[in-house]
Amino acid sequence: MEDMITIYIMGKQYEVPKSLTIMKAMEYAGYKFLRGCGCRGGFCGACATVYRTLDDYKIKVGLACQTVVEDGMYLAQIPFFPANKAKYSIDELEPTYVQVSKLYPEVFRCLACNTCTKICPQDIQVMDYVQNSLRGNITEAANLSFDCIMCGLCASRCPAEIVQYNVGILCRRLYGRYLAPKAEHLKKRVAEIEEGKFDDEIDKLMKSDEDSLKELYSNRDMEK
Amino acid sequence: MDSIYSETIIESMKRVEATRKERVGQKLPLLTLDERSDILHGFHPDYKAGTIRALRAGPSKGENMVNEVADLLESYGAIDDNFDLSEVDYDVDVLIIGGGGAGASAALIAQENGANVLLATKLRLGDANTMMAQGGIQAADKENDSPSIHYLDIIGGGGFHNVPELVRALAIDAPSVIKWLEDLGVMFNKEKDGTMFSIHGGGTSRKRMHSCRDYSGGEMMKTLRDEVLNRGDIEVLEFSSACELLTDNGKCTGAILYNMETEEYLIVRSKTTIMATGGAGRLHVQRFPTTNHYGATADGLVMAYRAGCSLLFMDTIQYHPTGAAFPEQILGLLITEKCRGLGAQLLNTDANRFIYELETRDVEAAAIIRECQERGLGVETASGMKGVWLDLPLIDVINGQGTIKREIPAMYRQYMRFDIDITKEPVLVYPTQHYQNGGILINDKAEAELENLYVAGEASGGIHGRNRLMGNSLLDIIVFGRRAGKNAAIKSQKVKEGKLTLNHLKKYNAELDQMGAQKERTSPILLPDYRREETKKRHIEVF
Repeated sequence: MEDMITIYIMGKQYEVPKSLTIMKAMEYAGYKFLRGCGCRGGFCGACATVYRTLDDYKIKVGLACQTVVEDGMYLAQIPFFPANKAKYSIDELEPTYVQVSKLYPEVFRCLACNTCTKICPQDIQVMDYVQNSLRGNITEAANLSFDCIMCGLCASRCPAEIVQYNVGILCRRLYGRYLAPKAEHLKKRVAEIEEGKFDDEIDKLMKSDEDSLKELYSNRDMEK
Repeated sequence: MDSIYSETIIESMKRVEATRKERVGQKLPLLTLDERSDILHGFHPDYKAGTIRALRAGPSKGENMVNEVADLLESYGAIDDNFDLSEVDYDVDVLIIGGGGAGASAALIAQENGANVLLATKLRLGDANTMMAQGGIQAADKENDSPSIHYLDIIGGGGFHNVPELVRALAIDAPSVIKWLEDLGVMFNKEKDGTMFSIHGGGTSRKRMHSCRDYSGGEMMKTLRDEVLNRGDIEVLEFSSACELLTDNGKCTGAILYNMETEEYLIVRSKTTIMATGGAGRLHVQRFPTTNHYGATADGLVMAYRAGCSLLFMDTIQYHPTGAAFPEQILGLLITEKCRGLGAQLLNTDANRFIYELETRDVEAAAIIRECQERGLGVETASGMKGVWLDLPLIDVINGQGTIKREIPAMYRQYMRFDIDITKEPVLVYPTQHYQNGGILINDKAEAELENLYVAGEASGGIHGRNRLMGNSLLDIIVFGRRAGKNAAIKSQKVKEGKLTLNHLKKYNAELDQMGAQKERTSPILLPDYRREETKKRHIEVF
């Protein structure tokens, strides 16, 4: 029998194997998830969890699918947190702080308390990207927020009621659309396809029998 | 601090470290088609005896399917076939079932084509394998590449079984898909002059794998979700799973949804319907762990099959060669193929390479299984799990310090959570269930055999033949999501209102009666159940 420890799920005590993640420990305890569980791999932000540990006043956080249980862990999930999402047409924006402040004026309420950064389970410099967005440094805001999985823990703790992750995706889209250099080779290829430049080649392949395809395939030249 | 590895593993790891520098630039040959066939038949899980069976009912009766899928297809509908359908809750032009990359792109394009769109999804919008896809998306957009070269890579990777018109659609639409995503603001990795940063994937003859660090699918999904939410006229229902299609004489006329929180059903009448329900990883074929998200339970296959759609290549599953084999907590999670694209090598316990790292996935997976099972050269962990090394620090040796943190930050973070620094240490990997190669048969308009039903994404079959290449799935969901969205919207303008019936289900249930199917088994299953058997045994419904 594996070593067991005691955890408290929303105040109720359960004995679970000590090697499990919070998610698997909750399932071990008998929970079947509906909310609070998504990709189970640390990419989707569905399983934000808040907990305390023995003799520590601090609130700690983690993704349930990525965090291993500890003895005495006292936990609850935050499967949903209401958030403000601005609606916009990406075709009609400008990559400036004025734009950010029009869509999310609350960014100017940022107290620079850094709670968002401290709570981020991805260890992102959340406050820094919010500050960059309101200084008009959209590129930096986009880069700093890139690894955000939109779990919502930052927004749940923000005294200024900013929804940081929505500011982040806005900045990334502004960067991707307006500031990143355009791929000229891509534009050219799309035009060539529209002109039908490759139609004959592909038609020929589509009509080839399996043996000739195999021969073509085996003799492909490989880019080094 | 005690090491998390045993003495034997540490010894093996030291051998990996000792040979790292001399392995830079070491060439292994590509296998010939015959050699590929041998290794697949010998070691790929698809060829393991007793794991597939001929289906006994429905349009693909007699075709082989993996047992876990056959079990679902030979099950009765979860809903009674005399269900009351008289009160319609939603009346729409286009119903989209599924909120991943395929569903979201279909919704955007259908809306742009003037349709009134309802998108219903089982979990949250964006809870899908798209969100987890790390490595990248293929498109032949460079000077030395072309859609026809891409075509050849796709069809060869699929064992020459792919449906040609679908391969054509995938290759020819790819550059315009990347352009569309770029215009939506997706942050692709680029050179300073805007040239797309692109690398090889397994089975590619050109470097055409575009990426967004190692959050490629995540960055795409977050952008698509943001855009769907921007368009107020696309209605989104979360935690509302479809559980049966509705038909009228061979035409799809809507679906029954199930509000998973209130446990109410909802009736949708739609002129056209797009099935974008994704894959089947959570069926755990042959008890493999999986890289897939929580809701990947093949619901769409079940619903479409009962309504008369054939399935293709459901006897083959893609096992991703490099699932995490250690630590236990992340068992089976994806270690992106981008790692091998950047030069990481696979090594056995003696620190010897045993396969060129950019063979197709089916071949890579079979080679790892051969190394661990037949040759006994795997590395065994404390839990008895076997694996081989993926030498990640080599990436920085080849491409320069900082490459790992820049190009695969999610992998770096994932392992740091368990005190494994991948810039310094290799990791243990073993194949994991990753992708449903086959699915519902469609044509290049994304139409299924049931009129007014469209299918996009992993639920569809034929595009990838018997083995999908890396980066062609993120591509496929957008190519066919867009095609389905456009064609379903245009078609919806011409469709007359149909009756809502479950006649197809009655007919299918009767066929099951005749073959003597197990009465108590129903599908779709909607979610896997990971509670302990002890808990499930004592489970009761009190109210």
